[in-house]
Amino acid sequence: MTARTITYRDAVHEALREALRGDERVFLMGEDVGYYGGAYACSKGLIQEFGEERIRDAPLSESGFVGAGIGAALGGMRPIVEIMTVNFSLLALDQIVNNAATLRHMSGGQLSVPLVIRMATGAGRQLAAQHSHSLECWFAHVPGIKVVAPATIEDARGMLRTALADPDPVIIFEHATLYNEQGELPETDDYAMDIESARISRSGGDITLITYGGSLQKTMAAAEGLAKDGIDCEVIDLRSLRPIDDATIMASLAKTHRAVIVDEGWRSVGLAAEISARISEQAFFDLDGPVARVCSVEVPIPYPRHLETAATPQPDKIAAAAREVLRR
Amino acid sequence: MSEFRMPSLGADMESGRLVEWLKSPGSEVERGDIIAVVDTQKGAIEIEVFEDGVLEEILAEPGEEIPVGRTLAYIRAPGEPRREQRVAEKPKPESEAETPHTPATAKPTPSATAYPPSIPGVHMTPAARRLTAEHQVDPSTLKAGPDGVIGLSEVQAAIGAAPTPLEARPKPKARGIDPGEMRRAIAAAMMRANREIPHYYVTSTIDMTPMMNWLAARNAERAIEDRLLYAAPLLRAVALSFAKFPDLNGTFENGAFVPADRVNIGMAIAVRGCGLITPAILDADRHDIDTLMTKLNDLVKRARGGGLRSSELSMGTATLTNLGDRTADGLMPIIFPPQVAIVGCGQISERPWIVEGEVVARQLMEITFAGDHRASDGRRGAQFLSHLASLLGKPEGL
Repeated sequence: MTARTITYRDAVHEALREALRGDERVFLMGEDVGYYGGAYACSKGLIQEFGEERIRDAPLSESGFVGAGIGAALGGMRPIVEIMTVNFSLLALDQIVNNAATLRHMSGGQLSVPLVIRMATGAGRQLAAQHSHSLECWFAHVPGIKVVAPATIEDARGMLRTALADPDPVIIFEHATLYNEQGELPETDDYAMDIESARISRSGGDITLITYGGSLQKTMAAAEGLAKDGIDCEVIDLRSLRPIDDATIMASLAKTHRAVIVDEGWRSVGLAAEISARISEQAFFDLDGPVARVCSVEVPIPYPRHLETAATPQPDKIAAAAREVLRR
Repeated sequence: MSEFRMPSLGADMESGRLVEWLKSPGSEVERGDIIAVVDTQKGAIEIEVFEDGVLEEILAEPGEEIPVGRTLAYIRAPGEPRREQRVAEKPKPESEAETPHTPATAKPTPSATAYPPSIPGVHMTPAARRLTAEHQVDPSTLKAGPDGVIGLSEVQAAIGAAPTPLEARPKPKARGIDPGEMRRAIAAAMMRANREIPHYYVTSTIDMTPMMNWLAARNAERAIEDRLLYAAPLLRAVALSFAKFPDLNGTFENGAFVPADRVNIGMAIAVRGCGLITPAILDADRHDIDTLMTKLNDLVKRARGGGLRSSELSMGTATLTNLGDRTADGLMPIIFPPQVAIVGCGQISERPWIVEGEVVARQLMEITFAGDHRASDGRRGAQFLSHLASLLGKPEGL
């Protein structure tokens, strides 16, 4: 199998283009997705190829255009709505939580909202607090929607297709630091990736490092560093934040007996807390030490580079947490 | 001493994979106790014993694939003397071709409740506590690490086990329901049914209006969670009808009909994304409607989520398949071998009906009875349906 080197941004672009070409019900809508080419340049050139009907520039009105997307989905379309960052998605929470997530249930299964919402998330680009938070857990809390976090080129290329095929709303979180990342994408006829399972990104026997999205590469770097000291880490990329793939986590814990969870969200009441609770519920007698969390410091993400770095999970902090759990 | 064997949980089952023992050797068992979990094409099934006694010896290890009929354990009847030499005695394999297995002496995975209590003032990790239990190490003899914690490495040092990385213990997990496997099981059973059973069908349209009115009146007085669905009185009426027609309730084995002495009604339950399973409600004719409702809810939950019992899969005597709301008007059901009869109900829908010379709107249901022509004839099936219709028409009598 041959592979080619592309960026995460290009993978997203290709996935969008494939979806638009493959199904005339698909359209893209959001702020600056058209002539500007998307805040992170993922939709560059699409308006020239598909026209204004299918690549729709929306005014600054998250609640309005997400609501329009829900309406279009109800009417049989397959909208992809792009929200610039998760911070702005809070303006559309009412539409997402009260409408998109509930309508199947409230209609007794008569209505279906096959909507995909993409949004950027996370810190690391010096965009300051209002553009840098990681609020994935707000959405992962809500029944009725699926939440995924593609951390690799393959997932960026393949998850959109599966999300569009899903009869219910799917939210795709793209970490803002990933767009420029380059990686190998194996050539295939079918790029679709599942949106429900976790992946073992690195296999190991001493300790399990559980993470997702923009923290995956930092966690892999920590694992490489620990390997030099003979500590053999297993790294789990959650990929799906709702539902969470418990089976993969617990199978790993049965092998390693120790866990560190790396989550760029804040520590309090977050995804790391949820995963830790599941481990103590389901794998308590496998544990050989307390479950540790490496999360963001509980401040609005700072603007200066050194403070932004200090506020978010980094390889050295992850390695230190792993050593503490391992008692060495 | 009796042999406890891998049960057959359907005409198509050849073997099952032992997931875990829920009782350890030496423990007392009572008829109906669940003593093991076995993974089959229909998901993980809880296996019951059918006699009282003591679980004397376990012959199979979790993880083993075991053919139907192979001895899993010996059960000593109450009062029967313990035979020490039995432990050393190897059971004869049923056939040389089978995969060999080692008779295990008592070393089951302890359940959570079997772990030693934590020791006040000592920090011992859960995994370390489990390891001490498995190796019968007295925790008070263990030396804590420099940080005051007793973890796996301290226990491993004490028992002379290999240091980290510790191997994952072989604790096979239940696979859950595998859609492909379930499809194959359904295919095997239905191919056998259509190959071997000469089906006949009789159909009636039954006025369910009295039933639905009676249910609405009863449900009006009840909290939502206690309300009855029409499936429950329907099941009771079907069970009572089979009790009244013993020549339709049973199995066809070795060329002859064998009547059953109980009425165990298999319920066709759809498993989302997988297919269909027909666990039985045992002695369905002896329970009132409320009890049947509770049992039905429980059965559906376990059919979809795991935890069906061996008796429910192996002891059905006839089957009821009820399509339910917003489906189709009727169906021609296929008999589940080796049974000889199945009742298929379509949805209840409001349609024109003639009552005392007037065309009126009534709640109608089409019921089709399929019988095995080797065991009975269409006339019996028609009598059965007629009896069932009269029971459904007088719900207050159920």
